[in-house]
Amino acid sequence: MLLMAVLTAALLILPAFADTYILSVAILILYFAYLGQAWNVMMGFCGQLSLGHSLYVGVGAYVSAALFVHFGIQPWLGVWAAVLACMAAGAAIGVLAFRFGIGGVYFALLTIAFAEFTRIGFDHLRWVGGSGGFFLHVAQREFNDVLALRGSPAMFYYVMLVATVAAFVFCAWLLHTRIGYYWQAIREDPEAAQALGINTFRYKMLAIVISSGMSAFGGVFFAFYYNNLFPEQIFSMSRSIEIILGPIIGGIGTLFGPILGAAVLTVLAEGITELMAAFGWEIPGVKQVFYGACLLAVIVFVPRGIWPALARCLGLESRGKGPRDG
Amino acid sequence: MADTLLSVRAISKSFHGLRAIAGASFEVEEGHIVALIGPNGAGKTTCFNMIAGVFVPDEGEIRFAGGRIDGMRADQVCVAGIGRTFQLVKPFAGLSVMDNVIVGALRRNKHVDVARRKAQTILDQLGLTQKSDQPASALTLPDRKRLEVARALATEPRLLLLDEVMAGLRPTETDQMVAIFRNLNREQGLTILLIEHVMRAVMALSKEIHVLHHGELIASGSPDEIVRHPAVLECYLGEETV
Ligand SMILES: Nc1ncnc2c1ncn2[C@@H]1O[C@H](COP(=O)(O)OP(=O)(O)OP(=O)(O)O)[C@@H](O)[C@H]1O
Ligand SMILES: [Mg+2]
Repeated sequence: MLLMAVLTAALLILPAFADTYILSVAILILYFAYLGQAWNVMMGFCGQLSLGHSLYVGVGAYVSAALFVHFGIQPWLGVWAAVLACMAAGAAIGVLAFRFGIGGVYFALLTIAFAEFTRIGFDHLRWVGGSGGFFLHVAQREFNDVLALRGSPAMFYYVMLVATVAAFVFCAWLLHTRIGYYWQAIREDPEAAQALGINTFRYKMLAIVISSGMSAFGGVFFAFYYNNLFPEQIFSMSRSIEIILGPIIGGIGTLFGPILGAAVLTVLAEGITELMAAFGWEIPGVKQVFYGACLLAVIVFVPRGIWPALARCLGLESRGKGPRDG
Repeated sequence: MADTLLSVRAISKSFHGLRAIAGASFEVEEGHIVALIGPNGAGKTTCFNMIAGVFVPDEGEIRFAGGRIDGMRADQVCVAGIGRTFQLVKPFAGLSVMDNVIVGALRRNKHVDVARRKAQTILDQLGLTQKSDQPASALTLPDRKRLEVARALATEPRLLLLDEVMAGLRPTETDQMVAIFRNLNREQGLTILLIEHVMRAVMALSKEIHVLHHGELIASGSPDEIVRHPAVLECYLGEETV
């Protein structure tokens, strides 16, 4: 309880003390925590493995950026279009996969395929810059305008903090409703779930639509934070992997897992980069090797993720209340 | 007197040329407890799977409460009022015993709190209360069988399909289960169709028995008639203790 209060206070006043670098790392953590939470809805709650979540981030980013650049539509409006576009994309994939009983590995492959198709499509879409990239006009950052997503890093930090907390609360609530119970039943045993009257198609669709809609906001944030979009980056498979590593390492299906995993991974990755820089080494691919090592360590030592193990140590075991929600 | 709740008419099902069920017909009256028995591989579970919407029969039709249910999905069959257990138990392993049953109870109650109370009563009934916080994966096989029953009951079915839920129980436990089903039948008017090898339970519970052999229904009748039926004695009961 006390720990929570201290943590909350620290998160709230962080921008006042942190330098730009620390703040940028904090933003990155929140960004991955948020997207990890969104991905976790599908995989952690409902058991549907998506390896193509970069699709929703990319579509969300491009839709909001295109509306802004071409029509001057502000992101607070554009985000809704982005969410709808991503939900539609998610629904299309869901119908295709779940109607025809594509699950498991094949479903995962399908999500990769869709992300790849979309990347190729955007490579040739001149309207949003094609493979040459799409750039947002960067206005001077003298005053913060949240609705326009223009302002200081501190503003971006707070935007992402609110989004991450909102996603957490939303997911915690979902998990304790009928929807959450039904998702977990489908994850544990789809046939038994169906025998209990659960329309598995409908609930899997709900999971993919909610997850893709949530991811869209991550994309909008990305677009207005970095101000440049390249299809081969934003839609790339490695981006999808980056999104899912947090929850895997933190604890799939838990609420704190995505946040903890994002924090651990980002901090360690930044640490490695710093160390390398300090020693003046330049070895490409170190980050990837490092991710691989982290994954290996987690699989070997805490197969269900860091959070479940940590919760046990802290005596926070969920007392038969919410399943696996810690 | 009683109305027909379930009627199975001339259903057949083949798997890769192998006839698992060949033209079986039988009926279950509302409020009755009916048993389906027969040697291993006779097609009993296949028959359940067709009733429960897992398989569509190749031929024939199945009616429940007057309406056709063959061709419905498993979840639609459950909503229609049929609850089933799995012979090879299928607990939601990562969820607690309580949460397993809550999932079932959410069928008729939208709110988790209401479903939890409902689940609690059912866990009490089946003697699983002490284990309600344990993960289902920690249960012993007999307890997993009880959980199967609890989950199916939580959906508040009109007809309960039980697939060998007594298997592996000790005689005293079997008697407890028998008492539970008898109570549910008497007090709530629950109709039960059960597959069972434990003849002690079959004899104690059922009003009517159907015997399957090689996918065909070879006998139907009261327990007294069945234990004296020559064909049944030859292919099935002869080798078992009655
Ligand atoms: N999904 C399936 N695919 C192929 N064959 C199947 C399938 N299900 C059942 N069978 C076959 O159908 C036949 C009947 O099996 P079923 O499980 O219905 O028997 P059963 O009467 O329930 O037997 P037991 O008492 O051993 O449970 C068996 O030969 C079995 O191998
Ligand atoms: Mg069987």
